Amino acid sequence: MNWEGLAFQAVDGLASASGLFFVAAGLSLIFGVTRIINIAHGSLYMLGTYIAVSLASAIGGPLGFWGGVAATAIIVGVIGALIEIVLLRRIYSAPELFQLLATFALLLVINDAALWLWGPQDLLGPRAPGLRGSLEILGRHMPSYDAFLIVIAPVVLCVLHIVFVRSRFGRLVRAATEDRDMLGALGVNQSVLFTAVFALGAFLAGLGGALQMPREPASLGTDLTVITDAFVVVVVGGMGSIVGSYVAAVIIAEVKALCIGIGLVALGGVSVNFSKFTLIAEFLVMAVVLVARPQGLLGRPQIAVRGEAALEAPIRSASRTLTVFGIAVLVILAALPFLARSSPYTLVLGVDVLIAVLFATSLHFIMGPGGMHSFGHAAYFGLGAYGAALAVRWFAAPMGLALAAAPVAAALGALLFGWFAVRLSGVYLAMLTLAFAQIIWSIIYQWQDLTGGSNGVLGIWPNPPFDRLPVFFLLSLALVAAGVVLMRRILLAPFGYAMRAGRDSPLRAEAIGIDVKKVHWLAFAVAGTVCGVAGGIFAFAKGSISPETISIDHSVNGLVMVLLGGLGTLSGPIVGASVFAILQDFVMQETEYWHALLGGIILVLVLAFPSGLVGGFLRIAARWRRP
Amino acid sequence: MRAHAFIVGVVLAGTACLSPLAPAAAQTIKIGELNSYKSQPAFLDSYKKGWEMAIDEVNNAGGVLGKKLEVVSRDDGANPGDAVRVAEELTAGEGVNILCGTFLSNVGLAVTEYAGNKKVFFLAAEPLTDKITWQNGNRYTFRLRPSTYMQVAMLLPDALAAKKQRWGLVYPNFEYGQSAVAAFKEMMKAKQPDVEFVTEQATPLGKIDAGAVVQAIADAKPDGIFSALFGGDYLKFVREVDTRNALKDSVVLNLLGGEPEYLDPLNDEAPVGWSVTGYPWNEVTMPANKAFVAAYQARYHDYPRVGSVVGYLMIKSLAAGIAKAGSTDTEKLVDAFRGLNMDGPFGPFVYRAIDHQSTLGAFVGKIALKDGHGTMTDFKYVDGASVLPSDAVVKTLRPASAD
Repeated sequence: MNWEGLAFQAVDGLASASGLFFVAAGLSLIFGVTRIINIAHGSLYMLGTYIAVSLASAIGGPLGFWGGVAATAIIVGVIGALIEIVLLRRIYSAPELFQLLATFALLLVINDAALWLWGPQDLLGPRAPGLRGSLEILGRHMPSYDAFLIVIAPVVLCVLHIVFVRSRFGRLVRAATEDRDMLGALGVNQSVLFTAVFALGAFLAGLGGALQMPREPASLGTDLTVITDAFVVVVVGGMGSIVGSYVAAVIIAEVKALCIGIGLVALGGVSVNFSKFTLIAEFLVMAVVLVARPQGLLGRPQIAVRGEAALEAPIRSASRTLTVFGIAVLVILAALPFLARSSPYTLVLGVDVLIAVLFATSLHFIMGPGGMHSFGHAAYFGLGAYGAALAVRWFAAPMGLALAAAPVAAALGALLFGWFAVRLSGVYLAMLTLAFAQIIWSIIYQWQDLTGGSNGVLGIWPNPPFDRLPVFFLLSLALVAAGVVLMRRILLAPFGYAMRAGRDSPLRAEAIGIDVKKVHWLAFAVAGTVCGVAGGIFAFAKGSISPETISIDHSVNGLVMVLLGGLGTLSGPIVGASVFAILQDFVMQETEYWHALLGGIILVLVLAFPSGLVGGFLRIAARWRRP
Repeated sequence: MRAHAFIVGVVLAGTACLSPLAPAAAQTIKIGELNSYKSQPAFLDSYKKGWEMAIDEVNNAGGVLGKKLEVVSRDDGANPGDAVRVAEELTAGEGVNILCGTFLSNVGLAVTEYAGNKKVFFLAAEPLTDKITWQNGNRYTFRLRPSTYMQVAMLLPDALAAKKQRWGLVYPNFEYGQSAVAAFKEMMKAKQPDVEFVTEQATPLGKIDAGAVVQAIADAKPDGIFSALFGGDYLKFVREVDTRNALKDSVVLNLLGGEPEYLDPLNDEAPVGWSVTGYPWNEVTMPANKAFVAAYQARYHDYPRVGSVVGYLMIKSLAAGIAKAGSTDTEKLVDAFRGLNMDGPFGPFVYRAIDHQSTLGAFVGKIALKDGHGTMTDFKYVDGASVLPSDAVVKTLRPASAD
């Protein structure tokens, strides 16, 4: 590798940065103003590519391509506005983060809609008329379209910048990003502003997707890959800062381009393949930035949004009815192996539901009462699962010992990462936890000799008598019940009160002598440890384990379960996890378009119960009591 | 707090209701099929069409052992955890003792492990990893498609014939790509000791930064390139190679690059001259293939892909295996499959007793353009049996407990 080659790669990296910038800028804008974490933003980008390819091949020629790109951006902008008006507007008053659930459901629905409309095969769009060839730089060929992309992103950036600095709309957007409540108090019509911002964000995503047409085929997998990349860029650049998004996009694209450019290098006798780091480069950058500068490169410290949601009622210890009921549920579950003797699958699903319950409850422990929104909770699940699996594989540990190794491995991970994470708050904390999860994922994925790489570890079966399903079910039930009760007990102990005090008012909590960081750090470790138990059970229930358990999908599933049940009550995650796990199992059997069905059901639930299932039922119950 | 009670009650009732009805007296033979339909639609859409066609053919011909075949198909969620649950649902809930399908290597391996442990018959249709039949093989698992090792070995003669010394490697960074490249390196070093590997690009699956990767490979100035890219990564790679005018003087080998699933989206941009494994469905003149293509087109008004053949042969194999066993008993079916002779669109093949791998082959040739579409030229069918290692080697690869 010579310097000229690297220099060329660096210039070329700017083209990739442009693609990242468009989608990240829109996401950043939307988050800055509406505080919505729009998981469906990648879907808008994906729609952009699909629509642009369709238009370009239907019309053809320069008009089809360039006109198609412009038309696509407008169409996707309109779709964005519709999403805001029809769906999101109805749930602004829901508790923080709940909107994430709605956009997650949208992602599922849009993906299936695209499958239905455009079919399963990847669609490769035409090349850009007029920019088919290449330029010669440093004795190498750079596609002229890449050169165009390198120029267009800064141009759009300048236009946006001028709009935000000069126009009234721009001032309002900046004001809303800074302090939304104040803007509302000053009498600005927020709903028009929100719709406009959402449409603009969608427009940028559509434009970004359409402009990628000559470089990337339209494919159903893009939505998820793009959304994670975009989030990383937004967070590194600083939420709400458009310039920051561009800077971050350039940094990340450059790091990746250089990793590829450096390729295979011999370092002190060991050959290191730098191209493998592209798997994780962006997350390493994000972790470093967040640890060193918590608000992102150009972001300002986040101002707490008071929001429209009602204040959460404090957690109380269980009433006598609830205690009796809880015990009754446990008894029925314990009797399930006898009740369901004719249908062994009930127990199979039962174990999966129990695992999901423990996973969600441990996530809720830090998300709800702790106020720490972890987007990487699967990391501790995975550490637990791998802890158990590797104990079996390398030390031939018996099941009991391996199950004990699970929480230990998870606890170590949670202690290490929690120490960094609790220093941040809000969405930055969320993204740092995500980055850590991705780092663990990539270590496990890459370290083939130890972990089996992408294949995972096979052959982790329970010892007798637990190899019989009913016995294994009872073991899982005991462990899960113990975990749930333990966490509940902690939350109702002084430690739990300190945790909640730290969430609601860190200043006052510090003033009365609570070491908020330390309390939250320990809470993080407790949640991680309990989650590790769930991972351990999972490994033995499945007989094998692979890196998917640590994937973003799995973390997002956890979030969905917790939000579905509702953050405000302790039974929320239990109900949310049970409903989600059973629902998913059910829809997967029912239809080819099960993503859309699952998304549709979640959307209905979101609209019907904007404070989660349990919150919704409590409200109905309260209405019964006081007619 | 009544509300709490109500909700949990609903959940519990839901769980209890899921207990399926007792299976009716078996008039049909049920086969459990699971695959990553949502995650890999491009390949699995035609695969599904293939097995549906086979089911109808078998049943129209009177079924097997006087009973009709019935496939219970499920999405496996594209991850091992869900896949094992689905496998359990199929066996415990639907009462099947025959599983088939899967696409991704790790999912296939997880189901292989499950099948071995629970003594359920499993025919792995798509997953390519060698471990399914070798390192992690077991008595109850068979595999239809040529494995990664076999596909690499099929392309090897082209690599050797090129007589190039400097090779560049590019592959998706997961089991399939890693083992393909490892196999390629090993075989090349054995056959051509002066070979040199000048660059190695491991790209994240589905997220290749094609421009940078192509440039980095070109900068290393290899004379030959071995690629294991497929799907969207392959499309992006091919287009960047063309736009950048790169790799003009190099020989390029691309595993799976001739499969219609991955070649057709390129239309007239198909990389002419690349050596690939694949399936030129309209060029293969074997009568069995012509009949298959005609039947497929009559039924779907679409042409078959590799997935179609795999899905089709999967069900045909199961039907033949059950007929040979004379029963659906798992142990008898395993014994019947060991050495089961089959005939398909590509000609005869056999499920080897030694490692449960079928000897189904693939077509090897060079990519060409015909009427604005990519196809293969100078191709020949390579029988899987001809590229597998010797029995002595296979025995060392497979655990003794597997037989």
